[in-house]
Amino acid sequence: MMRRTGLILFVTLLLAVSCSSPFYITMGSYIGLYSLVAIGLVLLTGVTGLTSFGQAAFMGLGAYTSAVLTTQLSWSPWQTLFIALALTIIIAFILGAITLRMGGHYLPLATIAWGISLYFLFGTIPILGGSNGIADIQALRLFGIELRNERLFYCIIWGVCLVALRISTNLLDSREGRAIRALKGGVSMVEAFGASGLRLKNIVFIYSAVLACLAGWLYAHMQRFVNPSPFGLNQGIEFLFMITIGGSFSFWGAITGATVITLLKTVLQGILPKLISQSGNFEIIVFGIMIVAVLQWMRGGIWALVERLLPPKTSRPVTDSSDLKMRTQPSRGAPLLKVEGITKAYGGLVAVRQMSFELSSGEIVGLIGPNGAGKSTMFNLISGEVPRTAGSIHFGSSTISGLHSRQIARLGLSRTFQHVRLIPGMTTIENVMIGAYLRTDDGIFSAGLRLNRVSDDRIRAEAARQLRRVGLEEHMFAPASSLSLGKQRMVEIARALCADPLLLLLDEPAAGLRYLEKKELAALLSDLRSAGLSVLIVEHDMEFLMNLVDRIVVMEFGEKLAEGLPQEIRSNPAVLEAYLGGV
Amino acid sequence: MDLQTLLILAQDAFTNSAVYALLALALILVFGVTRVIFVAQGEFVSYGALTLASIQLGVMPGTVWLLLILACMAAAMETVSLLSSEAGRKLPGALGAILVPPFAIAALVKVCTPLHLPLGWQVLLTMLVVMPMGPLIYRVAFRPLADSTVLVLLIAAVAVHFVLVGLGLLFFGAEGVRTPAFSDAHLTIAHLDISGQSLWVYATSLVLIAMLAWFFNKTFYGKALRAVAFNRNGARLVGISPHLAGTFSFALASAIGCLSGVLIGPLTTIYYDSGFLIGLKGFVGAIVGGMASYPLAAAGAMIVGFSESFSSFWLSGYKDVLVFTLIIPVLLWRSLSSTHYEEEE
Repeated sequence: MMRRTGLILFVTLLLAVSCSSPFYITMGSYIGLYSLVAIGLVLLTGVTGLTSFGQAAFMGLGAYTSAVLTTQLSWSPWQTLFIALALTIIIAFILGAITLRMGGHYLPLATIAWGISLYFLFGTIPILGGSNGIADIQALRLFGIELRNERLFYCIIWGVCLVALRISTNLLDSREGRAIRALKGGVSMVEAFGASGLRLKNIVFIYSAVLACLAGWLYAHMQRFVNPSPFGLNQGIEFLFMITIGGSFSFWGAITGATVITLLKTVLQGILPKLISQSGNFEIIVFGIMIVAVLQWMRGGIWALVERLLPPKTSRPVTDSSDLKMRTQPSRGAPLLKVEGITKAYGGLVAVRQMSFELSSGEIVGLIGPNGAGKSTMFNLISGEVPRTAGSIHFGSSTISGLHSRQIARLGLSRTFQHVRLIPGMTTIENVMIGAYLRTDDGIFSAGLRLNRVSDDRIRAEAARQLRRVGLEEHMFAPASSLSLGKQRMVEIARALCADPLLLLLDEPAAGLRYLEKKELAALLSDLRSAGLSVLIVEHDMEFLMNLVDRIVVMEFGEKLAEGLPQEIRSNPAVLEAYLGGV
Repeated sequence: MDLQTLLILAQDAFTNSAVYALLALALILVFGVTRVIFVAQGEFVSYGALTLASIQLGVMPGTVWLLLILACMAAAMETVSLLSSEAGRKLPGALGAILVPPFAIAALVKVCTPLHLPLGWQVLLTMLVVMPMGPLIYRVAFRPLADSTVLVLLIAAVAVHFVLVGLGLLFFGAEGVRTPAFSDAHLTIAHLDISGQSLWVYATSLVLIAMLAWFFNKTFYGKALRAVAFNRNGARLVGISPHLAGTFSFALASAIGCLSGVLIGPLTTIYYDSGFLIGLKGFVGAIVGGMASYPLAAAGAMIVGFSESFSSFWLSGYKDVLVFTLIIPVLLWRSLSSTHYEEEE
């Protein structure tokens, strides 16, 4: 309720400004344009963990494309909007495709270079008017009316800005959006559930560039004049400062930061030169110091302080009860996983040598061995995270060795992580919903426009069902990071179950669990087996496995040491030797 | 293009490449040791040239004030962190180490500036003023963020760049300077006139690169620094302090930046904001080296220097565009040749 009141207050404030003097209206228009750019940057930086110094250049691209085409070729601004957006998408795609495969710092470096290049081009190419710029740009026309009125334009800018805010918020609350929010901690988790980290990162970068381009297009037709100076690298940096000060984890932080920096800049540009009795952009000294201070002492920016005063967001209740389509489990006893002579070598070090074993449908198999035996490598070879050196792995009727973890996930293999990989800023149920990534196919457009409600509610219902199954129903709407380690491991299992797998791979699920928690886990796994699911567990804890699994495979020094029923393994002299150092 | 022009352009290219190579080496070292992409490194180039110009005019350079302010801020932060970790008895020693050298340098500069000393001494004074800024900036801006992501450190580096450029304008004004050449000698080889200053640049960079190579390959501390750059946690476990390594790498960055500024001051007009572009060109070189390889970075700096020099002949207006667009094919090549890896932060 308080959040809604806040929104109403904000819109009232916007309307109040539209009735005030031209000075405030101009200021408000600029804040709106900068907010639009900053919203994209929040998605890129705060949410996805990437960043760009080239947003001002994308803004310039939008402004200049429209300026040139409307003045030279007398095209309508509505036509130029599409050209500008197309150019932006192409350039952002190329920059992203080149840099995003490498470390996270290559994108900002590439955008610094792109920002500088474009700025110099604006200033040198004769058709772009050099440093004088281009004047007399057409005004926007809507239904035959020329939009020259500043008040009206102010309303349009904020209208666009609020729509962008809404679309961005919708996007994050969707199948693709949840995967995007998970990218910060590394891509391997979302890839294990079938999402392509590279594709998502590229989408986010393109989206943020499109918002910047849109702001530039609006700018050109508001000012009806463009020159290179507002699109330089310094402006690109200032956008980043806006979201750092405002708060890079929330779209409202973008608006807060755009407001604070724009107002502060105006005030400082008035005061500082007089104070120093010298002209120049001295406000950048103040901004620089503010940023370092914010990074050191209040990382969440101003909005994090506001957020603390607001009541927590209410989660949408679970409504839908119609089930998602499910896979049919193969008949019990049919061969499901077959590992044949698999070898993994890191240079001269052979981590796994000539491993072979099988797993039938409806079976729980334990993979055990002392530290450094190669269990985790074996696990990652099956899940596709590590490419094999030799040998083959078959899953059902497909050969999965050589496939990417995304493709393997598609075939019905689902995993948990030894080091729990839940997204701290998301609720438990949202974390579990990531598991169902492949079970619906809503894209970003339907997400942005909220056309995904029905299928998203189904995923939500499915996630709730899986949480109930692992006994965490009451924690559904709590932040995942507030749960104990044992419960977090259960959430990981619920997430893996949400993918509706044929085979569940569990990487040391009992590590760090208390006695009772282990018993609950064992009971859960038995239940899953009765439901027809197959499970492969990599585990340390012999006692935990003994009463649970159907068969055990023992590894030592990267090779298979023994295989058999639990009681056979318990009395196998070679295993006792390996585990206890000889008896 | 005749041979004469070609040789002149090549000479120009070599001079620029030498400076870019030095800057690229410092950038890689700082990035390796502290994960800071130190975009503000170029500001030391401007500070070096402008501080020297002030001293030559017999005016107390404004950078001295910055040095003192930084020292006081570092001292304040050190006091807070020592007191909160209840290591108060270390306080006098730590404060002495932070405060005494800058104030001694300030006093020295105050005394020596009006004396119009010979150029060599003026250069030494300039180095004394600018070099300590590196470690102090590390202490004030980056050390408290040492455990943050590369992204946060990059934003902090850009913020430091803003502060230093703004202060550069405050201290030195918008006027550019060109300092007198180190020597008026000219060397003529086969009709090619090589200026004494260019020779100074070549000689100094070669000596410096040789010294750095010796330092990193032969000395204990140099090897320790390389260990930190290779694996921070591993180095910490064997007892190499990351803070000390960070301090040292920043000292090297400011020293190299300042020296570059002093060297090219006579060759081109330096404004308060010229250093940033020069530093970024060093960056392009460093990126060619994948932010990790010193020889590749030096090669990258050569490519930057040559494409800049030759494009200024053919397409003078597009010189900078060309240099910065160069980064795109380089990144494409790196992206295709490097294997995909997972970045855990």
